[in-house]
Amino acid sequence: MVDLVIIDRAGSAHEFSAPGGGSLMEAVRAQGIYDIKALCGGSCSCATCHVYVEASGPLKPMSEDENDLLDGVSERREGSRLACQIVLAEGMAPLRVTIAPEE
Amino acid sequence: MPEAGLLIVGGGQAGATAAITLRQLGFTGGITILEATGAPPYERPPLSKDYMQGQRGFESFLIRPAAFWAQQQITLLTNARVAGLDAAARTVILQDGRVLSFTTLLWTAGGTPRRLTCPGAALDGVFTLHDREDADALIARLAFPRRVAVVGGGYIGLEMAAVLSKQGHHVTVLEAQERVLARVAGEALSRFMEAEHRAHGVDVRLGAQLAEITGAAGKVTGVCLANGERLVADLVVTGIGIVPQVAPLLAAGAMGGNGVDVDEFGATSLPGIYAAGDCARHRNRYAGNAWIRLESVQNATDQAIAAAHAIAGQPKPYTALPWFWSNQYDLRLQSAGLSLGHDMALVRGDMASRSFSILYLRENRLLALDCVNNARDYVGGKALIAVGTPLDLARAADPAVALKSLAAA
Repeated sequence: MVDLVIIDRAGSAHEFSAPGGGSLMEAVRAQGIYDIKALCGGSCSCATCHVYVEASGPLKPMSEDENDLLDGVSERREGSRLACQIVLAEGMAPLRVTIAPEE
Repeated sequence: MPEAGLLIVGGGQAGATAAITLRQLGFTGGITILEATGAPPYERPPLSKDYMQGQRGFESFLIRPAAFWAQQQITLLTNARVAGLDAAARTVILQDGRVLSFTTLLWTAGGTPRRLTCPGAALDGVFTLHDREDADALIARLAFPRRVAVVGGGYIGLEMAAVLSKQGHHVTVLEAQERVLARVAGEALSRFMEAEHRAHGVDVRLGAQLAEITGAAGKVTGVCLANGERLVADLVVTGIGIVPQVAPLLAAGAMGGNGVDVDEFGATSLPGIYAAGDCARHRNRYAGNAWIRLESVQNATDQAIAAAHAIAGQPKPYTALPWFWSNQYDLRLQSAGLSLGHDMALVRGDMASRSFSILYLRENRLLALDCVNNARDYVGGKALIAVGTPLDLARAADPAVALKSLAAA
């Protein structure tokens, strides 16, 4: 399990653990948190699952496609990622994730 | 008869999004979703992609976890197919005879797949791909290599051809037009995709009019084309579009024809009755304000959000830029805008590199673009469509010049 803290757009923190193997996007959605649209279903095609990630450990670097899609969001910042491209792995350090503002 | 508040007819992408949005907006009234099938809201695009390949289980395609709806005080009635609507009495009648009342109605019933009408269309082995049941029925027949005739060379047909050929099935695509993707893409992309499918062993037949599906003992054995040619096939999969499901609405007096007509707030011509998604015909600013229907996740979502705002008393018009995506083999296709009415198509980049874009322009302004393995152009192009400034064609065609940088030019 991976420990997650998700800060939604209203500023509320959701603390929970998600199983390894799936993506961060799937974990957020499975938790029933409203704010993440993820319209392309996690195929790195749309940038509607933009989040800011503070990881206490290393994350796999982003692909060129993810980087390019993030160039299209209005509030790209340090830590900007597409949640569908972050794979949760067992034993991973906890993640603190803030859902980015709506486009 | 219980007071139903808002009734949402159809629990697909649009219906689910509207319900979620209303709760986000603080709408506290009753919300009931009537879904004709037995499934809670899920994403359909993976049916012809990941789901068909068995890569991800059905649970991961749920728009929200099954328990979410009850937690949000959203009543989800499955196996509830609407048969009729009385706009004045504010009631709907279900196929099983139940009558439900509403204060406000949102129609997000989408469409039903267009079926073949040729002889043999009812044979065992003819499939369509619209919902999970369709996908499961087809998957059950794919345990060993099959000869599959895919009818229709649109996105669904081509995605199916890619998935099935990857699994080792022998696939023939029958496209009635002279090129694949004829309805949605320019010729350059059509030719590229045709070549890609052929390189993967798919037999792409253009100008191929299906005359008959042949069978023996009630099962498909092949197809017969209008030119008399016969092909052996074990299975036939159709991807020939949808028919918008709006008959009860039109019968109740709503304006429409090919779908139901809505304004930019999702309102139909009937008071307090809204519609969104595949079935909603609307004036789209990216189509020169022409009346169109869009069959896409983007449209279903954004139109549903607009309708939800109107229903919540916080109107916000639907003005979103249309976008689409498709995955076939190792190709990621991303499109933005609508190419309707373009007077020029420019290829940006080397098609042989399998990473390029096609720009659709009208009077040198970017209307739309199709990007293949090129997220950078997709992102830059979206901004450029929105800005609408005339482009320097030489620079626009030069892949070394970022599309983004042309917005300021």
